[in-house]
Amino acid sequence: MYTQAMSVGPQDAPSSKIKSAEEMQREAAFEARIDAGDFIEAKDWMPEHYRKTLVRQISQHAHSEIVGMLPEGNWITRAPTLKRKAILLAKVQDEAGHGLYLYSAAETLGTSRDQMLDALHSGKAKYSSIFNYPTLTWADIGVIGWLVDGAAIMNQVPLCRCSYAPYARAMIRVCREESFHQRQGYESLLVMMQEGTPEQKAMVQDAVNRWWWPALMMFGPADKDSPNSEQSIRWGIKRVTNDQLRQRFVDATVPQAEILGITLPDPDLKWNEARGEHDFGAIDWAEFWRVVGGDGPMNRERLGARVKAWEDGAWVREAALAHARKQATKEQAA
Amino acid sequence: MSTSTTQNEWPLWEVFVRSKAGLDHKHCGSLHAADAKMALQMARDVYTRRQEGTSIWVVQSSQIVASDPGEKGMYFDPMEDKVYRHPTFYELPESVNHM
Amino acid sequence: MSQASIKVGSAPAVQYLLRLGDSCLVLAQRISEWSGHAPILEEDLALSNMALDLLGQARGLLTHAAKLDGQGHDEDQLAFLRDERQYLNPVLMELPRGDFAFTVLRNFAVATWLLLLWQQLEKSSDAELAAIAGKAVKEAAYHQQHAADWVVRLGDGTEESAARLRAALATLWPYFNELFDADAVDAAAQAQGLGPAWSSLKDDWLAHMGEVLREAGLSLPRNSAYQSAGRRGVHSEHMGHMLATLQYLQRAYPGGRW
Repeated sequence: MYTQAMSVGPQDAPSSKIKSAEEMQREAAFEARIDAGDFIEAKDWMPEHYRKTLVRQISQHAHSEIVGMLPEGNWITRAPTLKRKAILLAKVQDEAGHGLYLYSAAETLGTSRDQMLDALHSGKAKYSSIFNYPTLTWADIGVIGWLVDGAAIMNQVPLCRCSYAPYARAMIRVCREESFHQRQGYESLLVMMQEGTPEQKAMVQDAVNRWWWPALMMFGPADKDSPNSEQSIRWGIKRVTNDQLRQRFVDATVPQAEILGITLPDPDLKWNEARGEHDFGAIDWAEFWRVVGGDGPMNRERLGARVKAWEDGAWVREAALAHARKQATKEQAA
Repeated sequence: MSTSTTQNEWPLWEVFVRSKAGLDHKHCGSLHAADAKMALQMARDVYTRRQEGTSIWVVQSSQIVASDPGEKGMYFDPMEDKVYRHPTFYELPESVNHM
Repeated sequence: MSQASIKVGSAPAVQYLLRLGDSCLVLAQRISEWSGHAPILEEDLALSNMALDLLGQARGLLTHAAKLDGQGHDEDQLAFLRDERQYLNPVLMELPRGDFAFTVLRNFAVATWLLLLWQQLEKSSDAELAAIAGKAVKEAAYHQQHAADWVVRLGDGTEESAARLRAALATLWPYFNELFDADAVDAAAQAQGLGPAWSSLKDDWLAHMGEVLREAGLSLPRNSAYQSAGRRGVHSEHMGHMLATLQYLQRAYPGGRW
């Protein structure tokens, strides 16, 4: 799963101090490497602003994976068959793994896991706001796989060519595992729509009605409202704009919805022959900013759950460290 | 909420996995573990869920000694002009080119 | 309208399989509750891994039990549509997951027991059961090692972790008795060559438990006279709540296709 464009939030002003000639030379050489399609590795010189942007983006992507375990985890104990239970458990486990790969990539930039978690738990760091919505029925799980993972894949594939190589490598690993996530969700909806009872079909349509617009919001604010995008694109951190990705997503999803036999909740959604793309209705940006700002349906519960797990686990982490230290002392004495 | 200091963090380990007999161990990422036994088990749980492993190495990140990228020129450029080390440098007749 | 229960027959072989299959199913359910809430991300993956392995074992056993029962039921009907009285897992499995000390200690005790049982079941006269055991034995070995390492870490960690582990042991101890109970179902299974009587595993289990608990700085509690009876379908108050969660969708959507 993925986080929307992390250009949302306080802007880091590029350093306003006077740069030395040497530093300007290094920055020029760095920009040349990016333009040539070179990969930047962990110990290479990089502008401070590049490093900071990446730490924020990668760590918030990681946080999104971890928080993203909760809405789906909500239905593991209630999965309707043993097969679906196994699939959901494996999918949520993958998300934990993705978070782990991403924290790992972020740590190469000089931050630590604990520092990043501190930022998340204190509310300073963001995660994708899609996960602040509740999963109210089993059909939500299928819809999340179809739409939310679908949107995530659209965001993530370009990141496999991100200029920062540890992030690109982590994303390649993530993308390999991700297509199972979308397929299992879509397949579960297909079974309910094609073979299920009228009650099941109604459950699916209801879930789509609630998740469609939030899924579109996953691509972040409109391009005209995304000031940091330009710099990210210049640096090879971002490859495609928010609006471009959102359009791609709509165009890919409409035929999928037709096959399912559900109606997407947008009366303005229609094919535009002249553009060769679908027109779609206006997004409620007031809702988007409200949820991003902390007042979505479940912001407090999601963060609360993560903080509780961390705090409840403190004694476990301390015990493991204490034991390791005792063992190390014993080995030295031997 | 407990404040985090690196002293209280589980150490970071780099993970290398050999996916098949005959291949090299490849670096695949890192994880946090309190001790070596845990690191190995966790590496197995995190990095070989899709049958990608026959052997795992874990090394504490602080133990890795790396070449200095600033000295990339000194370390690696001399290899650039010794192309006679590469098999493609030698043009052979078609009939023996499979060598 | 809601989905009615199915009824499974009482042939000893079917009961023997359900005792094991339900153990795996119920414990998998409890462990899966940790997903998203483990003390550290890496352990979240490890716990999910164990739940997935147990779930796989449950599926194999329930499918086979349904076949032997001969009423045309499948793994899901058995898993989701029996009445509480027909679930035959020992009560030990259905206890809530508790704190991390409780979870790892139960995991260790059960994995140790399962490993011994699977090793015997590899020689079962029932080819399908032997095949399930062949795969499960490797999984149980890993679970046991992982859980044992944690028991030692917590027992020989901090004051707090040791205290929590002692409390977990005191709570769990009386429930272990049921794992080594003997009755007609076991006798029949043994006579058929289907599998060992569970009581035959007690000495080895105690030896392994004792070894690891000693390393963790704990001593074996005194013997308890407590006898739970999940194996005969008489459960604790926890089972009803767990089943209400587990069965909800199947009960609420009769005829549903998933």
